[in-house]
Amino acid sequence: MAVASVETSIRTGSMTRVFLYLVLILFSLFYLLPFVVMVLNSLKPLSEITGGNMMALPEVWTVEPWISAWATAQIGIEPTGLSPYFWNSIKMVVPAVAISTMLGALNGYVLTKWRFRGDTIFFGLMLFACFIPFQIVLIPMARVLGLTGLAGSTPGLVLVHVVYGLGFTTLYFRNYYMAFPTELVRAAQIDGAGFFNIFWRILLPSSGPIIVVSVIWQFTNIWNDFLFGASFADLDSQPMTVALNNLVSSSTGVKEYNVHFAGAIIAALPTLVVYIVAGRYFVRGLMAGSVKG
Amino acid sequence: MSEITLRNVSKIYGSDDAAVNNINLDIKDGEFMVLLGPSGCGKSTTLRMIAGLESITAGDIFIDGKLINDIDPAERDLAIVFQNYALYPHMNVAANLAFGLKLRKVPKDQIESRILKTANTLGISELLTRRPRELSGGQQQRVALGRAMVREPVAFLFDEPLSNLDAKLRATMRTELVKLHNDLGTTIIHVTHDQVEAMTMGDRICIMRKGIIEQVGKPLEVYRNPANIFVAGFLASPPMNLIEGSFEQEGDSLKIEVSGITLTIPAHFANAYGNVHSRKDVILGIRPEDIYTDSNDGRYTCMETQVVAVEALGPETIMVVKLPGGKEISARLDRSFRAPIGSALKLYADIERMHLFDPETEKAIVAR
Amino acid sequence: MATTLARADYRTRLQTILPKLVLSPSLALILLFVYGFILFTIYLSFTDSRMLPSFGWVGFENYDKLFRLRHWSVAVSNLAIFSTLYISICIVIGLALAIFLDQKIRGEGVLRPIYLYPMALSFIVTGTAWKWLLDPGIGLENTMHLWGWDSFTFNWIKDRNNAIYTIVLAAVWQTSGFVMAMFLAGLRGIDNEMLKAAQIDGASNFQLYRRIIIPQLRPAFLSAFVILAHLSIKSYDLIIALTGGGPGRATEVPATFMYSYTFTRNQMGIGASSAVIMLMTIAAIMIPYLYAELREKD
Repeated sequence: MAVASVETSIRTGSMTRVFLYLVLILFSLFYLLPFVVMVLNSLKPLSEITGGNMMALPEVWTVEPWISAWATAQIGIEPTGLSPYFWNSIKMVVPAVAISTMLGALNGYVLTKWRFRGDTIFFGLMLFACFIPFQIVLIPMARVLGLTGLAGSTPGLVLVHVVYGLGFTTLYFRNYYMAFPTELVRAAQIDGAGFFNIFWRILLPSSGPIIVVSVIWQFTNIWNDFLFGASFADLDSQPMTVALNNLVSSSTGVKEYNVHFAGAIIAALPTLVVYIVAGRYFVRGLMAGSVKG
Repeated sequence: MSEITLRNVSKIYGSDDAAVNNINLDIKDGEFMVLLGPSGCGKSTTLRMIAGLESITAGDIFIDGKLINDIDPAERDLAIVFQNYALYPHMNVAANLAFGLKLRKVPKDQIESRILKTANTLGISELLTRRPRELSGGQQQRVALGRAMVREPVAFLFDEPLSNLDAKLRATMRTELVKLHNDLGTTIIHVTHDQVEAMTMGDRICIMRKGIIEQVGKPLEVYRNPANIFVAGFLASPPMNLIEGSFEQEGDSLKIEVSGITLTIPAHFANAYGNVHSRKDVILGIRPEDIYTDSNDGRYTCMETQVVAVEALGPETIMVVKLPGGKEISARLDRSFRAPIGSALKLYADIERMHLFDPETEKAIVAR
Repeated sequence: MATTLARADYRTRLQTILPKLVLSPSLALILLFVYGFILFTIYLSFTDSRMLPSFGWVGFENYDKLFRLRHWSVAVSNLAIFSTLYISICIVIGLALAIFLDQKIRGEGVLRPIYLYPMALSFIVTGTAWKWLLDPGIGLENTMHLWGWDSFTFNWIKDRNNAIYTIVLAAVWQTSGFVMAMFLAGLRGIDNEMLKAAQIDGASNFQLYRRIIIPQLRPAFLSAFVILAHLSIKSYDLIIALTGGGPGRATEVPATFMYSYTFTRNQMGIGASSAVIMLMTIAAIMIPYLYAELREKD
């Protein structure tokens, strides 16, 4: 991790160290507790939850809630489980991540290696766009999607996510390419490489770390988005988060907590896996990218 | 055939002063031209304008008489070696060399033979499959050179390629580059701030300061006849001593009063500088190597000095001494010569080799 | 000769416009979908739009109404409570954990991902988990009762006066680990030689942090503040999932207010004006920050 390697030279006494470990472990329990409890209870029959202790291990282990959450649970009016919405999310996330990352990479390349008058203004406009409250664009967006026939469709959501992710991907790639030696670009120019050749053959092969960052960031943000999904999707394009919320907050019938938990974990799984597999690169890149600026 | 000609070339960034200010330079076919100057003098900017990496604010650049101002860098058929080598980190050495040839659609078998030939010349054949980060600084330097050579360009542009090497390797590479130039006969423009490189490598050197050219000429010519105070003070180490003084006319003989010493200027010498009689203030320049510990049978002028510092370098001793008027000058003396700090010391200047400068224009007062 | 020159010329010209050509789709998207939309929403906030946009100019009437609405003032004061607590608690916990973790802790590699993982979750998932943990009937309170601590009560989520703090709790749980990572990166970026120099000068650990290290984390503080402030003003999902704005209006914030006025109560004009107020709040924080960042770099 980014954060690793260099250790401080601060020395601490053994009493202090006991205290340190105690606090650190307590906090790790705080962070782990909700998720662990959720996992445990997703493996219990409903009766054990309503009648028992949430901290207890299941007496009867069952994957029934998981199957129900995935395939048969009532979402809105259809008993389809979360699976169709899972695929909706995939169909939305993959193109949106790919397009916004590609555009961000090209923007970052131009903004650092082909600088022109006004490029800082352009970048400032992109950067500010990262931070707008999305409420400010909801109304016109709904209208534009309606007018273009994209309302309620996956392509419409892809468009929305590309637009509002562009600022971040541009920021990441710009900051990364700032540190990329410009002389390599110059050398390639002299060697006869043109605009796209330099990008493809010189910059992109060295962009692994920042592509990882951009993809993870976009993937988690888009996968976890609720507002746009709730506002602009219809049944055929509703993403996972919206379906999960429908499942959890449906007011009819018995509250099947175990199914809710299984559903929540299913919804969280893709981003969790991404974090576990590539989290270290993400934090490293994020630090290099956004914090140091 | 590849002459490079700069006509009234300027480069201005934004609203700043000109980085390069209206320079004119003719680089002959096959010449090794060194652009020399302190950092910020515009030498690298000039090189980049020739390469096409910087736009030209005003003026024209010609290669072999063809105007290239608006021609893409790739089309100029020049090759650059950068200070940090700029090797493509994700390609091995062979791919680094091949990159430019592939883009130019050179046939495959030709690419291969040219790479092998270049690698042989530079002694990097066994490195061809390695990545740049696995190479030492000196090896990277050779690969960068190879990448330029393999293209067989009309001219090489060197942007301080030796300054990242350690002192020993730098000395070796100096001689190697000169040898390479002799073998290839290609025009080379070499940018450096190191005056030793300039003296030893260049057919001619072009000294720049603050965006203008101060002097162009063969190294020894420039050394012998610096055109102005800047060049006099920049070239050679330690540089020429520059002492402010004033003329005194005593009957027939002309004297200069500098820092408490009166130097009599030989009559034949004074006559050559006919125009100096009318002046009052002058700056006298004398190289440390023109100061001696003996009078050479009275031909040299005696100076009473006091020793300030002694730098015994081995091959020579550099002595910093104070003149009666307080001005400190350095003298390059025999390696065995020693004198205690603070002691009085008689030194002798070869006045015949002095230089005179106008303190207002800073230009050399040239003998007629 | 002439043809190569012409070709070179064409190529050169292409090379000079290509970069701008490549930027133009992004520029067009941003100009339309961000700045165009902002202008449109600002315009709507001055109209009598209700269920659909309409263009009858009403001046500041919507803003006037908005500021008279009890519902809005509740939302604003909730946001003020929420963001103050959320930002300060996250920074305190994040900084403390980062400093603790920076003491050559064995198992740092295990602890760090544990602190960080909630950041990967959707606020909807976080809301689902905490909604249930905080539910007095089956969650923490019930567990404590079952373990024999009968007097334990923790029913904030059902309590109008305290429900907003449950939002803070869940939000802190989700992002404080991320703030920790930001501070940790800042700490690891501090020059070790300088710390050694200060130690030789006789600084105690506490003094070292107070006088040397924490002052140098200024950029990390600033970034953390900006990111957290922006997250808190935008936060919508977590409230929907955790409390739905309730009980009553106890956890209503501007983001939920805007949504319900615009899309369920058909008061688009007022919804738009609330969105404009939100934007202006964020802009007041972000623009000076971005301006400073961009100036520094050029």
